[in-house]
Amino acid sequence: MKVMLPLIGVVGIIVIAIVGVELMGLHYLFGVIIPYAAFIVFVVGIVMKVLKWGKSAVPFCIPTTSGQQRSLPWIKQSRFDNPSNNFEVVVRMALEVFLFRSLFKNTRSTLKGDEGRIVHGSSKWLWIAGIAFHYSFLTVVLRHLRLFYEPVPSVLHLVESLDGFMQIGVPVLYMSGLVLLGAATYLFIRRVYIPQVRYITLPNDNFPLMLIIAIALTGILMRYIAKVDIISVKDLLVGLLTLKPAVSSGIGPIFYVHIFLVSVFLAYFPFSKLMHSAGVLLSPTRNMANNSRMIRHINPWNYPVKLHTYEEYEEDFRDKMIQAGIPVEKE
Amino acid sequence: MDICVRCGACADKCHFFLGTGDPKNMPVLRAELLRSIYRREFTTAGKILGKIAGARDLTEAVLKEWWYYFFQCTECRRCSVFCPYGIDTAEITMIARELLNLLGLNIEWVAGPVANCYMKGNHLGLEPHTITSSMEFLTDEIEELTGIKIEPTFNRKGAEILFVTPSGDLFADPGTYTCMGYLMLFHELGLDYTWSTYASEGGNFGSFTSNEMGKRLNSKIYAEAKRLGVKWILGGECGHMWRVLNQYMDTWNGPADFLEVPVSPITGTRFENTRSTKMVHISEFTADLLKHNKLNIDPSRNDNYRVTFHDSCNTSRGMGLLEEPRYIINKVCNHFFEMPEHTIREKTFCCGSGSGLNASENMEMRLRGGFPRANAVKSVKIKHDVNMLACVCAIDRAALTTSVDYWVPGVRVAGVTELVANAMRMKGDNDRETDLRGDPISDTEDGGAEEEN
Repeated sequence: MKVMLPLIGVVGIIVIAIVGVELMGLHYLFGVIIPYAAFIVFVVGIVMKVLKWGKSAVPFCIPTTSGQQRSLPWIKQSRFDNPSNNFEVVVRMALEVFLFRSLFKNTRSTLKGDEGRIVHGSSKWLWIAGIAFHYSFLTVVLRHLRLFYEPVPSVLHLVESLDGFMQIGVPVLYMSGLVLLGAATYLFIRRVYIPQVRYITLPNDNFPLMLIIAIALTGILMRYIAKVDIISVKDLLVGLLTLKPAVSSGIGPIFYVHIFLVSVFLAYFPFSKLMHSAGVLLSPTRNMANNSRMIRHINPWNYPVKLHTYEEYEEDFRDKMIQAGIPVEKE
Repeated sequence: MDICVRCGACADKCHFFLGTGDPKNMPVLRAELLRSIYRREFTTAGKILGKIAGARDLTEAVLKEWWYYFFQCTECRRCSVFCPYGIDTAEITMIARELLNLLGLNIEWVAGPVANCYMKGNHLGLEPHTITSSMEFLTDEIEELTGIKIEPTFNRKGAEILFVTPSGDLFADPGTYTCMGYLMLFHELGLDYTWSTYASEGGNFGSFTSNEMGKRLNSKIYAEAKRLGVKWILGGECGHMWRVLNQYMDTWNGPADFLEVPVSPITGTRFENTRSTKMVHISEFTADLLKHNKLNIDPSRNDNYRVTFHDSCNTSRGMGLLEEPRYIINKVCNHFFEMPEHTIREKTFCCGSGSGLNASENMEMRLRGGFPRANAVKSVKIKHDVNMLACVCAIDRAALTTSVDYWVPGVRVAGVTELVANAMRMKGDNDRETDLRGDPISDTEDGGAEEEN
């Protein structure tokens, strides 16, 4: 079910796009209305969610300290693992967001049953796949911007030439597409193959992965094999951006499959675990400084509680205290 | 709640997962216990899609599962170090236990100490006269060993420093040796300090019950400091006590504006890092003393010990106290060996008995949870013949003793301050030939060759 449900979902999306465009001729719906709607859901959904998160109180200062605290002046503090001021927090967050530092520290623990011992070793596979996946995704998204701009900004030419610097084939092979496909496939296979990961996987973990694999596959097919009329595509997308959408019927159906998959991805984004991209910035164990002994953290929810005061304590034990020679307030 | 991608990085980080092999002890699934209900009740996808979105109803069976697994988490935070989003299972367990507590579901070994602490001032329920008589027993022991009679004071107004430590240190060995260490150290320094029978607990089992109960128990420390008119507070060796002191105390019960920024009366060091809470860790205090050569230390008096150091989860991942105890151990012991890299410092393994799970009734689970830590101890025992596991946590001292007895017989457990007192030559000392445990100080090692990692 974990694999079949999302698979049915993705195949369904592809079928709907083909049926809609080829049999029913709904080019305008799939080329204009749905992408617009999806984009609106994407932006509004993310903004709403982040605002909701941002409005939540942060009752306590709870950074996970992954290194030496700031204490005595001659003890070297791990500034970026245990930050004590905002600058250090920003560096810690940047390392986390751009380099996935916590994941880089990943270890693998194996139980050697016959020897009765556990062996802990460094493990980088998930980090490598994660980095490859996210950065190739970013490159692919950047490259696609050329389809929206006329003239194409020079920075995008730079991205393209870097991405295709191997100069293989005509049209030039972009590495990012293949890396994206490879990394996403690896991430999917580990969800099926590694028993622990298979056990924790939910259908909504596999769905976005399959969606991305399908998007990458249709994209690659379009570029290298089932070529579409790229001029018409660009006309359509520039039209979308300038709010003067115009659909030409000359674009192949695979384009509509591709753009429908992307639309579903965008609309799904704010309601799913894909929000980790925004949520990582709001994680209190990472974005706070471990300075709660230096500066008082205020909890907006703090309220007075019932206490057992010293006076009540002395009432309970006065005689025993006097006998034990402990000073009391009232003899 | 929303952003876990179930990448699995946390899976093999939990000592309970490694010790039990139960897949539901993977931290991601522990959080999923709560998350599945959250999805059902609070997210659109969960309300509509139900099981497909990983949502489920809160039923009696689910509550049983919660109880079973949220009392199989020691809130040690090891998974949180590796999580790419910093999701902290400890905080999730805290909230889940708080919810369970609202339904009246708790364990006696948390609820009992909480009641004791609220009414009597400490978890063990020691009444004021019992505290003084336990202390008398310890000072008698010290006199027998050193010839020095120490007379600590209780609830004394006008003292410079209030000292607060977990009550476990007063009660059972090996914690009592650490307590003797405190007494000897403060006596040697001539420190103007007092114990309190009202605030006679540094630990806080209330924090394993609910946020509110944690605050109620914790309030006594500042209240007592204010009543006695001390300048600042010194805290003993304890794990979760320091998590509470670092992350919650000031927020709950501060500001402590009636106290002064702590200054060591011996070295004059101003503890700037505690300028708001006004509470210093004994290891910070002692490390500063040793740095300024204020103690007469002879590390060869610990030569009968080959020592390794266990970082308590709370002080390492909820505070960052890593170097101070190591500095002290290196100063007072000649033979110190680190455990394997991935099992120390911020990656340290829990003793398996934290967060209120330290009762003998939980023994099987404790030993399973303690397996990864004990296993690392075993590796240094085989490699370096280690026979002493040092730590800065009262629960560790009690729990690890049992755990290593089972998994690595022949290794004992000591507080860092015990080792300090062993090595310390006191004024008027009878040049004792035994350590605090009454064992002879043997000089079997060749000249105390310094071997460090």
